Amino acid sequence: MSAVNDFVVRFANVNGTGSASANFLFAKTVFRMGVPVSAKNIFPSNIQGLPTWYEVRISEHGYLGRREGIDIMVCVNPQSMLEDIRSVKSGGYFIYDSTKKLQDTFHRDDIHFIGVPLMEICNREFSDPRQKQLFKNVVYVGALAALLDLDTKEIEQLFTEQFKGKEKLIAPNVKALHLGLDYIKSHYSYPLPFKVERRNLNHGKIMIDGNSAAALGALYGGATVVSWYPITPSTSLVSSFEDFAREFRVDSITGKHNFSIVQAEDELAAIGMAIGANWNGARSFTATSGPGVSLMSEFLGLAYYAEIPVVLVDVQRSGPSTGMPTRTQQSDLISAAYASHGDTKHVLLIPSNPTEAFEMMAEAFDIAEQLQSPVIMLSDLDLGMNDHVTTSFEWDDTRTYNRGKVLTAEQLENLSSWGRYRDVDGDGIPYRTLPGTHHSKGSYFTRGSSHDENAAYSEDSDTYVRIMERLLKKFETAKKMLPEPEKYGSISHSDIGVIYFGTTQFAAEEAIDYLNNAGINVQGMRLRAFPFHDDVMEFIDSHDEIFVIEQNRDAQMRSLLINELEINPKKLHKVLNYNGQPITADLIFSSIRQKLSQTTNSQLS
Amino acid sequence: MSYLKPKFAHPRLPKNDLGYTKKEYEGVISTLCAGCGHDSISASIVDACFELDIAPHRVAKMSGIGCSSKTPAYFLRNSHGFNSVHGRMPSVTTGANLANRSLIYIGVSGDGDTASIGMGQFIHAVRRNVNMTYIVMNNGCYGLTKGQDSATADKGSISKSGDANSFEGIDLCALAIELGATYVAQSFSGDKEQLVPLIKAAITHNGFSLINVISPCVTFNNNPGSTKSYDYVRAHNEALSKIDFVPVKEEIVTTYDHTSVNVLEMHDGSLIKLQKISPEWDPNDKLSIVTALHNARANHQILTGLLYIDNDSVELNDLINTTETPLNTLNYDVLCPGSEVLREFVGRYA
Repeated sequence: MSAVNDFVVRFANVNGTGSASANFLFAKTVFRMGVPVSAKNIFPSNIQGLPTWYEVRISEHGYLGRREGIDIMVCVNPQSMLEDIRSVKSGGYFIYDSTKKLQDTFHRDDIHFIGVPLMEICNREFSDPRQKQLFKNVVYVGALAALLDLDTKEIEQLFTEQFKGKEKLIAPNVKALHLGLDYIKSHYSYPLPFKVERRNLNHGKIMIDGNSAAALGALYGGATVVSWYPITPSTSLVSSFEDFAREFRVDSITGKHNFSIVQAEDELAAIGMAIGANWNGARSFTATSGPGVSLMSEFLGLAYYAEIPVVLVDVQRSGPSTGMPTRTQQSDLISAAYASHGDTKHVLLIPSNPTEAFEMMAEAFDIAEQLQSPVIMLSDLDLGMNDHVTTSFEWDDTRTYNRGKVLTAEQLENLSSWGRYRDVDGDGIPYRTLPGTHHSKGSYFTRGSSHDENAAYSEDSDTYVRIMERLLKKFETAKKMLPEPEKYGSISHSDIGVIYFGTTQFAAEEAIDYLNNAGINVQGMRLRAFPFHDDVMEFIDSHDEIFVIEQNRDAQMRSLLINELEINPKKLHKVLNYNGQPITADLIFSSIRQKLSQTTNSQLS
Repeated sequence: MSYLKPKFAHPRLPKNDLGYTKKEYEGVISTLCAGCGHDSISASIVDACFELDIAPHRVAKMSGIGCSSKTPAYFLRNSHGFNSVHGRMPSVTTGANLANRSLIYIGVSGDGDTASIGMGQFIHAVRRNVNMTYIVMNNGCYGLTKGQDSATADKGSISKSGDANSFEGIDLCALAIELGATYVAQSFSGDKEQLVPLIKAAITHNGFSLINVISPCVTFNNNPGSTKSYDYVRAHNEALSKIDFVPVKEEIVTTYDHTSVNVLEMHDGSLIKLQKISPEWDPNDKLSIVTALHNARANHQILTGLLYIDNDSVELNDLINTTETPLNTLNYDVLCPGSEVLREFVGRYA
């Protein structure tokens, strides 16, 4: 068994022991060696003490989704050890802290055990109790460096970068690294058949999490007012925004902030503030997760009906209710698309990677202001909280903000008549005014109750229907502003189509490759927005069978497609994964193959 | 439904310093019940804004849902209004204020909108010291849904159906003072002489100003036994002081007697003159006013006037160090760091 640049390493740690930075160090080293890598945190809703895992897939092919089966397990958590040993693929390696002897009953004949006395080494070499604990993590990275043939110069370089300003921490880290390295070199044969060889496949790439990317997108998109309520997994999005704003948005002369951030009392207030700020002409957003979307629904209905722009990021986690707060899912599609009572529909943007999270977030403000309607960016925990290898971000300096149809004092002065909700241009989008613009023209009363084209209260049936119909027309206009779906695959013709979106992209496209290699011709389409672009209907029409891959129980995207495009449900097959862990190519491949063989069999019989 | 008032105005109507007549501060004709206390409060808001020479379009009128929340249509028709979601006016106003700190925010709410569904947002707007005037049109009952008791109805107060309220009423003024409110006043809708200067001082105050106005509901809560009926309030109103508000521009011509009048200077230099009635009361002293409120309650009295003011109030935007320039006017060049910075920044993730 040998695998160069194609294997999975999983770390089993105890939450709160400082393992995260050591594990990231490992992944970043592989990245710096030019080999595509993906890292997934699998962590509990807990601060300290419970088992946590970090799974790193190294793939020269650039497959960045999860893959089933663990080739190398680094286990420093006695709590989960038995389960961890069982999860290693036959022929794989189990690396553990051998300070304590491994129980005989834990033994497996079909995997290799590599013991490194982490605790013993640290107790001997370090005197500070905290260092004894923390450096266990660096010692196992050192052991891995020897076993997998990592470039220690890269690791040392990363220490230098990480401890800039705290240089005295570099030496003990380097020492710990070499303790692990030397232990392997003097006790085991190395490297393993699994190893990392330097390539140059990460040119123009960075390694960043989706929440930081979205925060940067909001900063570049001109957001000034941020209101939020802490909730996993969206919290780091706002804290990143705050970090970036403190770096780039503080007036160098006065020291005053060109932004404001308010931690609200709850999600209702968070979206309320964002709506108030947007109503008043500032670009404002809030970030939350599923439970927050439930609470924000009433306000989203107001913004939809009173036609106020607002940007909301939903970093989805496993529901319903509190669900599994630290596990990923794509299960807020329907609650976001149709949030609020009455007839409402909202624009959704669905990024797959941090580069798209950056771009879509910046774009979201332009779209929301042009449409005068909420725009919800549907991220998820996998995208938001894990570090992804992604194309570096770029910004076009010729770009300006598109603030939509906002009348200036001068325009108002020259207008003979104006009505807030009149469809002057025939695109369903009216002209709005901001408070304080003109001394006698353009003021109106914003309300969530039924109103006519001049914003006056009205319970007239015809008026009500006219406004509701115009909102539909506006939703139609939205289609042209949204990111188009993306086709995947080199097969020129196929009867079978595969539809996917968001973080499912990596595993879905890997599965499409496997299917094509296995002689099963399929074509892929990645959805990036709602309402659906006309290409989506065309794609569905041009295939006999469609598989819709998604990470929720009820096949919510399939429901949206059926509902919005009036597709025959029999044509859309479900491929689902909703256990809280990112979907794998193996699951998609086997589900589709199995379904197709059933269909073929039944056609034959 | 609402209908428009005639636009014709007498050419010799008095004008304020901005050249506006009072007519230009009015709204559409009210659709509330005839005799509703809320309409008197709307009229006081019109007077206050007219007298303060506020340009109507520099005011944003904010409200939630309920009878009281309809009133922003009935004053300042040249101002933008926002009739938002039940109990959520404070958050919408907070966001609006963060976006443009240069406007004047007048929030209107009711006792249901504030003390029940909106209690969470109310108390947080208080503690953040959002720069706004927050007027509660408090009638102790839900009008639009036909007269249910609200959370400010006094214990034992008798509703129109004849039932006595079993639960303690919430005292919004005492609560606000406890939460660190920087301007707290209480008044009666029928007492324009007191209410207008209170509104003027509230608008001038640099921070959150609460005015709790007892405003009897003529339809559902003006019966014998109700503690928020016209008769009851008139009989139990205990004014703490006679108040007068002197805008900054009139300062030099004002004379006052320090022995009988307490003069408070506002952040912009304008003055509040208070002629004290209760000798042990000091409007800068929380302890004395909290005691006075408790005593009044025990004696079935309603204390009115300026209850508490913090002259050194610092409003939200300054508390979080936001620029003086309204955020909604910052342009692309200020907001977007550009491609050069981005290239360098993403280098940290390479």
